[in-house]
This record gives sequence, C-alpha cells and structure tokens, in this order.
Amino acid sequence: MINGTQVGFGAALLAAVILAAIGPPGTQATAPPPGPVVAVSPNAPRTFTLTSVSVELPTGDVAFPGPANTQAIAANCLSCHSAGMVLTQPDFPRAVWAGEVDKMIHTFKAPVAPADVAAIVDYLQATRGTK
Amino acid sequence: MKEKMAGPPGRRSFLGQAGGFILVGGALAPPALAQTTVDLPFAPPARAITKAFPQKGPMILQRTRPPLLETPFEVFDRGVFTPNDQFYVRWHWAVIPTEIDVASFRLTVKGHVETPLSLTLRDIVDGLPRVELAAVNQCSGNSRGFTEPRVPGAQWANGAMGNARWMGVRLKDVLDKAGVKAGAQRVRFAGLDEPVVADAPKFMKSLAIDHARDGEVMIAYAMNGEQLPLLNGFPLRLVVPGWYSTYWVKMIDRIEVLDGPDTSFWSASAYLIPDTPGADIKPGQTGVKMVPINRMVPRSFVTSLRDGAALKAGAKTAVRGIAFGGATGVKSVEISLDSGTAWQAATLGQDEGKYSFRRWQAEIAPAAGPVRLMVRCTNSDGLAQPMAMNWNPGGFMHNAVETTRLTAA
Repeated sequence: MINGTQVGFGAALLAAVILAAIGPPGTQATAPPPGPVVAVSPNAPRTFTLTSVSVELPTGDVAFPGPANTQAIAANCLSCHSAGMVLTQPDFPRAVWAGEVDKMIHTFKAPVAPADVAAIVDYLQATRGTK
Repeated sequence: MKEKMAGPPGRRSFLGQAGGFILVGGALAPPALAQTTVDLPFAPPARAITKAFPQKGPMILQRTRPPLLETPFEVFDRGVFTPNDQFYVRWHWAVIPTEIDVASFRLTVKGHVETPLSLTLRDIVDGLPRVELAAVNQCSGNSRGFTEPRVPGAQWANGAMGNARWMGVRLKDVLDKAGVKAGAQRVRFAGLDEPVVADAPKFMKSLAIDHARDGEVMIAYAMNGEQLPLLNGFPLRLVVPGWYSTYWVKMIDRIEVLDGPDTSFWSASAYLIPDTPGADIKPGQTGVKMVPINRMVPRSFVTSLRDGAALKAGAKTAVRGIAFGGATGVKSVEISLDSGTAWQAATLGQDEGKYSFRRWQAEIAPAAGPVRLMVRCTNSDGLAQPMAMNWNPGGFMHNAVETTRLTAA
C-alpha cells in the first residue's frame, strides 16, 4: 500500500518534471536546462495520450480579380490551389508565367484545356506581368 | 468576392487591398484594421492575418488551399520555442484528411525489410523508447520573397520556420523492428495527403539509409509537449534534425525501404539546388549541376527591434534575437553597426541543443543618425552567414546576414 502510493507519487512527480521541462509554448524562458541533443526519456510517463482530431479547413478563397478576363484561370486553376497562390506573386515576364503554366500542366498534371492556356497566360501577364 | 475562409476581418482586409473600396475610418473600418493585414517588405506586400485555420492562432495568410501560413515575426521574440498554434504551415497538395482516428491509424513499413510492419499509434507510443529533441524546422524557401531578381513560389518573408521540442521515437528503432535487409540504399516516406489530380506525383521524400538510421532522425508524435496540430502533421511527422523541412514528412503513414535509388519526382526532380557554395549562382546561369537540398546553414535575426524603430542617440539599448547553426550548433553571434567592418560578440542564451534556436543579446549605443544593425551567426563547423544574399531559381537556402534599419536621435 505504501509502496503503491510512493510509486504513484513518483510517477506523478516525474510527469510534472517532464511537463515543466517541455512547458507550454511561450513560457520557455524559465524552463530548466535541457538534456543532451537526443534525450531518451526512460522515466517519462508510461503513456502519452493522442486524441482523434476532426477539423474543417477553409475551402473558400478570394476570387481572381479583374479587369482582365478571369474565365480561363478560374475554370482551370482553382481545383488545385486558391487564387492567393497567384495574387501573392510579384510581377514576372510573360515567359516566366508561360513556364509556370507549362509546369502545372506537364509536371503537376493539371488538366488544363489546351484552348485555355493562352488565356491563362494572358490573365497572368495582365495581372502580375512585368509592365 | 466569395471569400469564406478568413471571416469578417480577412474579408474586409482583402476588399481593402484589392481596391474594391478603401476603408478609411468611419463605421466600416474594423476597430483593429492594422491587425488584420500585414505588409511584408516586398511586392506585393499585403497579406491577411487569418485566424480561420483549425488549431491555429493568428497567422500570415500566404495561400488558403493548400495552406501556406507564415508565423508573424514578433512571435520569435517571445522565446526560443515557437508555439504550436503559430508554427508555420506548408502543404503541397490540397487533399488533406481532416479527420484522423487514432485507433484506426496505421504506420506501415515495407520494402526491403525482413518483416513488413503495420503499427498502431499505441505500438509506437508505448512500444518503443521515447526520445526528445529540440530542433528548428525551416522551409527550404523561407525568405524567398527577398530574392532578387524575384523567383516564383511561396513568397515567404522570414517566418517559414519554427523551433519545437519534438517528442517521439527514433526512426532507427522502427527500422530495426522491421529488420532492414542488406543492400538497402534509401528509406522513403509518405503521408496521408494526396494530389487533387490522380496521376500527379504524390508527395514523398527519402533519406540515405545511413542517415535514416543515425539515431537522430525521429518520428514525432508531440511538439512542445502536445500532440501535433493537424496542419503540422498529426498524428506523426518525420523530424530530420538540421535538414530543411521538405524532408520532415507530415502525417507520415508509410515508410518504404528501397534497395536502389529513389527516382520519384519529389526526391529526384524537385527541391534541387545548385551544387555550389551557398547554393549561389548568377541569375540565369545555366549548366550548373543540381543536387537535392539537404543540410541547413546558419541564420540569425534581431527580434526585439523592427525595421524603422527609433532609438535614443548615445544611450545604451539592449537588443536581442535568435540564431541557429543549421546542421550543427551556434558557435557565436556577432553584431555590427558599420556595415560589417567591425563585429561585436553577442552573449548567447541557454543552449537547448545544437539543432535549436538560441537566444542572443547585446548592447548598442549608436550616435545620432541612421543605424544599420547587422547580425551574423557562425556555427560550430565554422560556417558563417555570408554578407550577400544567394540566388538560385528555386529561391532556396537563403541565409545572408540580416540588417535592421533603425534611427538614433
């Protein structure tokens, strides 16, 4: 009985020490000195509990803005990535944009309608093209 | 506008930046507009600050889908460990499971092994020795937005990095459990994320067999004492200390031991750097041998003062920041106020391990006028940050000395 209590107390104490060493984010400045680079934790609590997760990821996004014609880029590009991928880019020469569209089609297998390729590059040039 | 993800603040900020209308005071302006967008120091500067992502606090929105979320830089001044809810996020493909059941999850080990395995999370957490390691996780393209001339890709400022205390098991112990057969060459890793298009290349990365068995590469099930946020790779993520994050495969559920080279797209044809010192070539230079990106290089940052801050001339001002050595520890951090002619040693903070961020601090007392505060880290191998920024077509491996522009008056 006494032994059992001590073991239990010991385990709780060890758990507390380990939690203190790890610490919640943002309170690390006061954490005690760490162990070696890869520290084995033989005295760690017997188990670490992982909990199932169910989340929702944002699916909507900003639309491609005008004034250039957005029809081709909206129809072909948004299934793989949101418009922010394009709108955060700096201005590039037309050849760079043509290369990016080519990479999406041939390397990343984007099913872009061949008839739409020129219109997509036109949009990119108009919206993020070197002037 | 059909934005749904960023909530009211993000929507307002987007409308503002897109020029649909300009919010200037008045009832339309949210009370804290300054906190809903941030201007990065390159074109186009404006980014929304989003709180719309699960298990995440305020993040710089680089892309909604697949998510690219940057850590706001002020977070790095708060300590050497980056909070899980503001740890940066980077996914390649948009099909990301949003439900993970810990009871049915399996990690499989197959290929050139004696005994293929299908491990439960319980097998991993309770069945193998637990290890801990503090290590920086940094995107290969961190700071790409500063590249000149500019290159396409995620236009990150300096916040595509973070430091955590990772807890998990050694990859070596998992491989030993399966029994690697003689002749194994590489170990390839993949996770639960999938391309939108069926025949697009699934994201996979591999390490040389000796690297995989070095006893430092880990399979982590916790960061900073908690299970990983889903967007940081729950339930399991590979940790490759000292190497760029492209190898730190998220939601890892399959390990394959190869008895030959890995010719798959993401290993053989993506994340390539010029095989030159600092991965540096002249813009447009061709005919250069390209190799997979690998070990990180040293970096250091001022975190306590931001560009444009005002100081009192002649008065002592404490400055502090963070540094990391890359593939090894921090040997020294120095600061300069004269464009790199004279360097003054900074005092290093507590050593959390050689792969961790390390705090540094120093004191300056600049005369009146503009101040250019430079900081330089030298790692334990004697490798120092270069003065000039490198250039390569991927915008990878930037680590030049940073300059914070201040005014003393």
